[in-house]
Amino acid sequence: MTHFETSIDGLRQRLLTMASYAAQSIRTAVRAVVERDDELGRKVEEDDSLLDELEKVIDELAIQLLLRAPLARDLRLIMVATKVSHDLERVGDEATAIARRAQDLNREPQLKAPIELPRMASMVTEMLAESLDAFITGDCTRARAIIPRDKQVDALNKQLHRELTALIVQSPDNTNRCLNLMAISKRLERVGDHAKNIAEEVVYLHEATDIRHTQRVSIDTPPAAPTS
Amino acid sequence: MSLPPAPSSTRSTSAQPGSAPATSAGLAPLIVTHNLELFYGKTRALKGISMGIQERLVTAFIGPSGCGKSTLLRCFNRMNDLIDHVRITGQCHIGGEEIYGRDVDVIELRKRVGMVFQKSNPFPKSIYENVAYGLRLHGTRDRKTLDEVVERSLRGAALWDEVKDRLHQSALGLSGGQQQRLCIARAIAIRPEIILMDEPASALDPIATTKIEELILDLKKEFTIVIVTHNMQQATRISDQTAFFYLGELIEYDATVKIFTNPAKKQTEDYVTGRFG
Repeated sequence: MTHFETSIDGLRQRLLTMASYAAQSIRTAVRAVVERDDELGRKVEEDDSLLDELEKVIDELAIQLLLRAPLARDLRLIMVATKVSHDLERVGDEATAIARRAQDLNREPQLKAPIELPRMASMVTEMLAESLDAFITGDCTRARAIIPRDKQVDALNKQLHRELTALIVQSPDNTNRCLNLMAISKRLERVGDHAKNIAEEVVYLHEATDIRHTQRVSIDTPPAAPTS
Repeated sequence: MSLPPAPSSTRSTSAQPGSAPATSAGLAPLIVTHNLELFYGKTRALKGISMGIQERLVTAFIGPSGCGKSTLLRCFNRMNDLIDHVRITGQCHIGGEEIYGRDVDVIELRKRVGMVFQKSNPFPKSIYENVAYGLRLHGTRDRKTLDEVVERSLRGAALWDEVKDRLHQSALGLSGGQQQRLCIARAIAIRPEIILMDEPASALDPIATTKIEELILDLKKEFTIVIVTHNMQQATRISDQTAFFYLGELIEYDATVKIFTNPAKKQTEDYVTGRFG
């Protein structure tokens, strides 16, 4: 293995470490909600700084590798690494936000209603894990299969919002808890978006095909002035 | 600020012996080779090269040493004719004319197809005489015409401002980068259609290299440029199309951005990422 290949491998390994921390953070944050455990929530907050640091380390490694003017698959890997690490750092932020909401929820009695947050959490953590597996294995079929699942997560988020809104209408005492649960649902929905982004980047990395935003629009025409 | 138009898609091509010339889609190429083969004695240095090179684009030839890229370049102005025991088969057309035809005037061909070499080779004459040399050779005697062409060519080679006050001093007193630009001025003075460049910046420092590269990008507005380079980054910076050669074969020929971001052939990918062999 050349020095360059060793460095590229180091970048890949850092990314996998980061992915592992990000997935763990989301799982722990959801446990903090389900098990009503403040300690788990605090752990997620502490671990977020690790993800922030890893994002910076990956960016630094990427810059060092770009100085060597890489081409073809190496160039794509470096570009994808910086984007994926940004997505993973944001996953860490979502986990931290969920953990804070969990601690706020724990100050009040548990809401007596079947809310499907664990199911949603399980969907997005699976999407995240599978997108990272696809990254490692180069399985673009698997990566592509993740993308439509984001719509299911979006639908579940909307359904939860409707259910929680109904609970607020039923009893205004539920408001604070329902708003916290809505925020958690939205954060999980965002994790689904990040997993989808990673899956799209995996396809770009291995096939050099950009599958994001499939609707093509002209970027050469300046936007029309708004009519008064 | 308007964004540049997106590059048009190009088909990935890999020439097979006897196949139709590889080229960009939709445009008539200026240089066309068909099943071109070159032998040094019994050694087959070029193997069935079929390709088309577009007008007013920069086309880069890349590949490891000995792959045939400079040999192919020299076919385009019949420089290989000067080497003993060389035999060429197949076809090579420029502007529709077979350049290996019996009636072809090689001097006229080389007027149409200029060349710049790896090592700058100014004549031991003044800067002015170096640029005027080709015109004088082709019969131009009028001083006013010569003055105009010398100035236009030196401006075209981005050298005028640096030498306008010492046109009659020896060209050998110029720096390496300036000498190479003088050679480009000498080449464009006779208004060729095509300029062949064989590693024109490989012996120059980064500043002189940048000047040559900027010059190449300016020159492609008027000339068709074919350049051999070992510098992958240089190919990405200046060329529109790139052809990768290996062991005398054209392995892949496509838009430069495609070759350097997503080549179709593993051999190309391995070469451009430095994993060759």
